[in-house]
Amino acid sequence: MISTKIKNEMTDNQIQSKEDLVIRFAGDSGDGMQLSGTLFSDASALTGNDIATFPDYPPEIRAPHNTIAGVSGYQVHVGNRIYSSGDKCDILVAMNPASFKSNLKWAKKGATVIVDIDTFTDEALAKAGITENPFSDEMEREYTIIKAPISSFTFRIGQSQGADKKTSDKSRNMFALGIIFFMTNHTLDLTFRYIERKFAKKPTVIMLNKAVLTEGYEYAEKLEVIHSKIVDVAKCTTMPKGRYRNITGNVATAWGLLAAAERSGRRLFLGSYPITPATDIMVELAKNKGLGARVFQAEDEIAGICSAIGASYAGALACTSTSGPGLSLKSEALGLAVMTELPLVVIDVQRGGPSTGLPTKTEQSDLVQALYGRNGEAPLVVLAASSSANCFYWAYNAAKIALEHMTPVILLTDGYLGNGSQLFRIPKVADLPSITPRLATPNDPDYRPYRRDPETFARQWALPGMEGLSHRVGGLEKSPDGPLSIDPENHALMTFNRQEKVNRVANYIPNQEVTGDPDADLLVVGWGGTSGAITMAVEELNNEGTKVAYTHFNYICPLPKNTGDILRKYKKIVVCELNNGQFLGYLRTQFPECPMQAYNKVMGLPFEVGELKDCFTKILGE
Amino acid sequence: MAKRHFVPTADRKYTKADFASDQMVKWCPGCGDHAILSSLLNVFPRVGHKKENICMVSGIGCSSRIPYYVDSYGFHSIHGRACAVATGVKLANPALSVWVNMGDGDSMAIGGNHLIHAIRRNQDFNITIFNNEIYGLTKGQYSPTTKFGQITKTSPFGTIDFPFNPGELVMGAQGTFFARALDSVPTLTTDIMERAARHDGCSVVEVLQNCMIFNDKTHASFSAREVRDDRTIVLEHGKPMIFGKNRDKGLRFNGRFLEAVTIGENGVTIDDIMVHDETTEDTGIHMTLARMHGDLPVALGVIRNVNRPSYTELYEDQMDEAMGGCKYKCVDDLLNSGDTWEV
Repeated sequence: MISTKIKNEMTDNQIQSKEDLVIRFAGDSGDGMQLSGTLFSDASALTGNDIATFPDYPPEIRAPHNTIAGVSGYQVHVGNRIYSSGDKCDILVAMNPASFKSNLKWAKKGATVIVDIDTFTDEALAKAGITENPFSDEMEREYTIIKAPISSFTFRIGQSQGADKKTSDKSRNMFALGIIFFMTNHTLDLTFRYIERKFAKKPTVIMLNKAVLTEGYEYAEKLEVIHSKIVDVAKCTTMPKGRYRNITGNVATAWGLLAAAERSGRRLFLGSYPITPATDIMVELAKNKGLGARVFQAEDEIAGICSAIGASYAGALACTSTSGPGLSLKSEALGLAVMTELPLVVIDVQRGGPSTGLPTKTEQSDLVQALYGRNGEAPLVVLAASSSANCFYWAYNAAKIALEHMTPVILLTDGYLGNGSQLFRIPKVADLPSITPRLATPNDPDYRPYRRDPETFARQWALPGMEGLSHRVGGLEKSPDGPLSIDPENHALMTFNRQEKVNRVANYIPNQEVTGDPDADLLVVGWGGTSGAITMAVEELNNEGTKVAYTHFNYICPLPKNTGDILRKYKKIVVCELNNGQFLGYLRTQFPECPMQAYNKVMGLPFEVGELKDCFTKILGE
Repeated sequence: MAKRHFVPTADRKYTKADFASDQMVKWCPGCGDHAILSSLLNVFPRVGHKKENICMVSGIGCSSRIPYYVDSYGFHSIHGRACAVATGVKLANPALSVWVNMGDGDSMAIGGNHLIHAIRRNQDFNITIFNNEIYGLTKGQYSPTTKFGQITKTSPFGTIDFPFNPGELVMGAQGTFFARALDSVPTLTTDIMERAARHDGCSVVEVLQNCMIFNDKTHASFSAREVRDDRTIVLEHGKPMIFGKNRDKGLRFNGRFLEAVTIGENGVTIDDIMVHDETTEDTGIHMTLARMHGDLPVALGVIRNVNRPSYTELYEDQMDEAMGGCKYKCVDDLLNSGDTWEV
């Protein structure tokens, strides 16, 4: 094995230990950067690292070759305790001039940059808009640039195996990955196994990929300059015992729904329409029809949610998945779900907006739409997941609340969580909290469509097919007994009851917690998908002796009951979010006495730990 | 393979009264909707599905109030979305007998997309379109079926919209069942609705309905009692296409198009008259029949009724196969599938 050979030839002191390492793979869309990144993160996870990944890709599927518009990236963060996909990278792989030009800004000073030098032709440089020497003296001083002849090496290997250029070009990513594996002191066997599985029906592709991967590895081995760059990334020491896997937020969401259906005994129904970056939820559930997932690809977003509402009326755990513009289209139907008081889970994988906006980029700017984007007084429950892995639990929780409180629930995730991946400690479904749908009893003479449970204010769920419970629901206002009503007092009462039902969900959720240094002057507030970067920033500042406290919200509406008690304790509060201050505005209306300020970012990108630390330090100094 | 039936049949006999709800019917006196409701209530006992398995789904408009007037489960949804809601109802529980009621605006303007896709998929429910060629509940604006040039509240200078013919939409969307009825001929409406209910797949029944307040007599040019026999034809499968007060008129295909002829004139005999075949897979002739107006009689009755697996049948077959062959017995198996490792 190659790994043994290296150990023999190298002395231990040449390998540096590192707490964490960030690698960014960048190339043309279609260069296989996502695959390289996934293979690296999987191998790292399997050998004991904590990981987080973040794909950064353009909306076009294959934008013109070698242009900046066509650059696709995949960032992997591995190490001991990993909360986010990392700010800037320690190693950058750039497969062509365009990806080099557009991604160098993501490399740390002193980073190792691996480029496929064969692609730096005059034509490609011109397409990338590089008019001068791409590698200035200043660059060479700042970074270790490894100009590897990746294309020509790969082509030669391909030629020796009888593959044409087009086929061998597809394996260029394996050469780069081979270099990375050498630099990170990994063996290749795990990845060999993966390649054998993935291309099981194409033996020639297996042979080629394995050969190119090995060649890249050996190329690195022969390169003097790399030997001082080899790192051994710290394994995770704090991971609770258990069985683990790597999971993306979208898959975790889909599985959370499947688990909730199994636990609640209801059929799972998903009515959805394809939309970036939420589509993978539908794709994953469609794969799992075998577990009873009833997936319906609707003709549009409206049919997606309306079919889910119909399925809910008929007794399913009904869900619809979407992203911002799709949520806009679903607004009217959400009002119908509020009015009919049917359980419904709506997953909004947020992306940059407004309108079509930035389909492949992340943002948290649908919050206000989720809270208020309906006509009339139309309260519903809003939750937010905060990591790729916990999308599983929040999807499960959204289903539990919907079924037990007879209300639509919007679960906000985002492109960063949905497409990013993380380690997931596999739970046993039997250990998850129980779910008890509020089903009516057939032939119950006392059944009334809008009679409420005195504690939760939830109505009962009578399903078509149940004897003796025939009733009508719909968008028109009803009286508690069921018939239509335009009586003023009745409307006031029903409006109050619908709100009270959502408010009372707060009686069933845990208290909000504060982490970091609770005695700090500054409280950092976050919600949803930003928890990784904020946790890192707060932890680092506390380790450096700067006192900062942190509270992160997953329950958005209703808020945990102790929210005000927490906020009122601090002299300074900063609410960090990837929008122009939507959560801040929401908190201010409820807690106007609390001094809150905003830290906002609307760039389609996640927070960086560095910018958050700067912000918190500055506020403390004011 | 034998057809699969999903809706359970009742073990008792129902009467019309069993399906009338206790709600006051609030349509205008003389509205065609009353007759359609009556036909529907007559059909349920004939079809014999378990009463609690009947689910009425509607959108918004006068016609969409129907669920309140039927003593069964009902969902009065939002404007245009009845087909989408019904799709979810039927997918979640195939044992339900699902009925969709919509008006012309509801089904073909705001809900046009859902209608054509429900038809294309052959969704297993019974769609009734109440076509009065006007928006009634909003008091008289032109609809997608209003006649070209008609003056309405929102077309004071006459419409410049060319109207839809629901039959053409059904054929264009590869529908498997299309029939047309007249509100003023309830026995025909009831018969047609029963046949629609017995059709496996998506049935569309267009009921030409009169809104006496905002579009009175819109169908009168062929539906009025004194002209009806000569200006309409009731199509029956396997029978020659004969119409007229004296049953002496018929439809003949002259090699290029359909024409109305009189039997006994110009050498025309009964053998020249076309025989209706509602089961022809090709939509061409059904489209032609659905389009007839003016010199040709307006076609009533079942125009198209072809056999194709319904969405429910295909979906349930696929679910059965997927669940039968699934390598995971429960969600735990899925969670532990693929690359996992112990820490």
